[in-house]
Amino acid sequence: MSDSPMAQPSSFVWTRRVFLTLLTGFVLLPVYVMISSSLKPLADVSGKFRWLPSGLTIRPYIDIWSTVPLAKYFGNSLIVAGAATVCSVVIAVFSAYAVSRYEFRGKRVFTVTVLSTQMFPGILFLLPLFLLYVNIGNATGIALFGSRGGLILTYLTFSLPFSIWMLIGYFDSVPRELDEAALVDGCGPLGALFRVVVPAAIPGIVAVAVYAFMTAWGEVLFASVMTNDATRTLAVGLQGYSTLNDVYWNQIMAASLVVSVPVVAGFLLLQRYLVAGLTAGAVK
Amino acid sequence: MTTTVSTEAGGRTVRKDAPGAARGSRRRTGRLRRAGLPYFLLLPALILELLVHLVPMVIGIVMSFKELTQFFIRDWSTAPWSGLDNYTVSVDFDAPVGEALLHSFLVTVAFTLLSVGLCWLIGTAAAICMQDTFRGRGLLRALFLVPYALPVYAAVITWVFMFQHDNGLVNHVLHDQLHLTDKPSFWLIGDNSFYALLTVSVWKGWPFAFLIVMAGLQNIPRELYEAAALDGAGVWKQIRHITLPSLSAVNQVLVLVLFLWTFNDFNTPYVLFGRTAPEAADLISVHIYQASFVTWNFGTGSAMSVLLLLFLLLVTGVYLAVTSRGRRTSRV
Repeated sequence: MSDSPMAQPSSFVWTRRVFLTLLTGFVLLPVYVMISSSLKPLADVSGKFRWLPSGLTIRPYIDIWSTVPLAKYFGNSLIVAGAATVCSVVIAVFSAYAVSRYEFRGKRVFTVTVLSTQMFPGILFLLPLFLLYVNIGNATGIALFGSRGGLILTYLTFSLPFSIWMLIGYFDSVPRELDEAALVDGCGPLGALFRVVVPAAIPGIVAVAVYAFMTAWGEVLFASVMTNDATRTLAVGLQGYSTLNDVYWNQIMAASLVVSVPVVAGFLLLQRYLVAGLTAGAVK
Repeated sequence: MTTTVSTEAGGRTVRKDAPGAARGSRRRTGRLRRAGLPYFLLLPALILELLVHLVPMVIGIVMSFKELTQFFIRDWSTAPWSGLDNYTVSVDFDAPVGEALLHSFLVTVAFTLLSVGLCWLIGTAAAICMQDTFRGRGLLRALFLVPYALPVYAAVITWVFMFQHDNGLVNHVLHDQLHLTDKPSFWLIGDNSFYALLTVSVWKGWPFAFLIVMAGLQNIPRELYEAAALDGAGVWKQIRHITLPSLSAVNQVLVLVLFLWTFNDFNTPYVLFGRTAPEAADLISVHIYQASFVTWNFGTGSAMSVLLLLFLLLVTGVYLAVTSRGRRTSRV
């Protein structure tokens, strides 16, 4: 619209300006509260709210590590989210390749079934999965309940449907002649996938990885039921600050900021891939 | 992106001259292997979906017909069958359990409609506003995506702090600075909790709509706008007659996804209110969680979950049927 021959009427320009300003305020308010409160002394966050700190301190950032075992939770979250992302991306690449490049019986059933799992209420399979993991543990000794492995397994299936869906669209946009040429060259189907299709679809794969990591990093419901003291992730661990007698709001804000930085930074760096991936894959 | 693809093509097609004799036999064995290959590639995804989603769902349906209380957790197969008891308890709206479930259901419906409507409206408006290039657009887009990128618990815990009665920002602004209320309000208990939940949900959810609509807008050909401008259509007219109709396919999926996510949302109310939600904001997933894990009555909890799933299936089916037909007739 910007290059359109007609100038934009001022009514549109002003509506846009006011709307975007208000929206920016709404979006940034909690971010401001989070950052400013994390630098306040405890007295500032225990009494009436103050827009500006009475004095700046980095004390909360030091104390968060000792009030609750934050480093341990952080490590658990990194392991769980990292492993779930890697597995989810690899599995989604295989599935999307099959759907995008081959005709086979049951193709539609597969895509519809996988996508429809997205609509299940998490609460519906939380209870049975909880029992299933406990019973598998009792029967075989494989500890899924309370372990990081169980959580990884669960999380990777959360991001799988959307990842497969997005990658199918992405792989479809890679010309078939490319992998046919590779097949003629003597590559096997997997060779064609990894040497031709995957390199050409890197932005889509990055987008899917970002999505999978965010999903696993932020999940609360299953983490609250399926972890114990040793395997607790940040999602549950952060609540440790408020169950104490005094609520250390400055430390909670500091901890929230610390656990957000890796995902937000990663997301903002890679967001253009996500937008491009959505344009190519999901929105068509 | 298309440029990388085409250079790839150029690089690969050079080495196309494979020996012709070997090709015939390889293709035959290749075809045999290829018949099984797609299934082989799908296997990991299938096994995982079965293990984590489908099998538990079947177990959940079985459980809903059992009297599954804390005494049978160790070995749930020994729990006695109870027929439809769990269901009759859940939908007996005169008794406390059913009445609470119905109330929670209605709250969830109202909450979901409002939240999805606002998320869609704000997201679409913002995406249309940012269709043009202007200075600072990239920065603004990144800022707008922050609520979506923040982990739920970190974002919601910040809102919990803002909604605090004594030391929160909301009361400070509304009561101390603007004097809109007689006394500081409670936001996380009582009737206000509904609005608190709605605010947080919209704040967290609209960037997703923004992201999807923004992606959808990029697929609208510029020529449409240019032609409309030549015909004398102003910006508002262009938005009404080109932008919005072109988005209908995107919106069909977007609204459905937003609806399902919001309806099933557990994370936001759970972090905002803790294990027991106030009555005014008692969303169904937290309600079922409470019915199951706090009272350890898994049978009734499962029956409620199955009813919830049936409802969502019904809504999705009707929605897809209606919107698909609407789109088909509008195109003719």
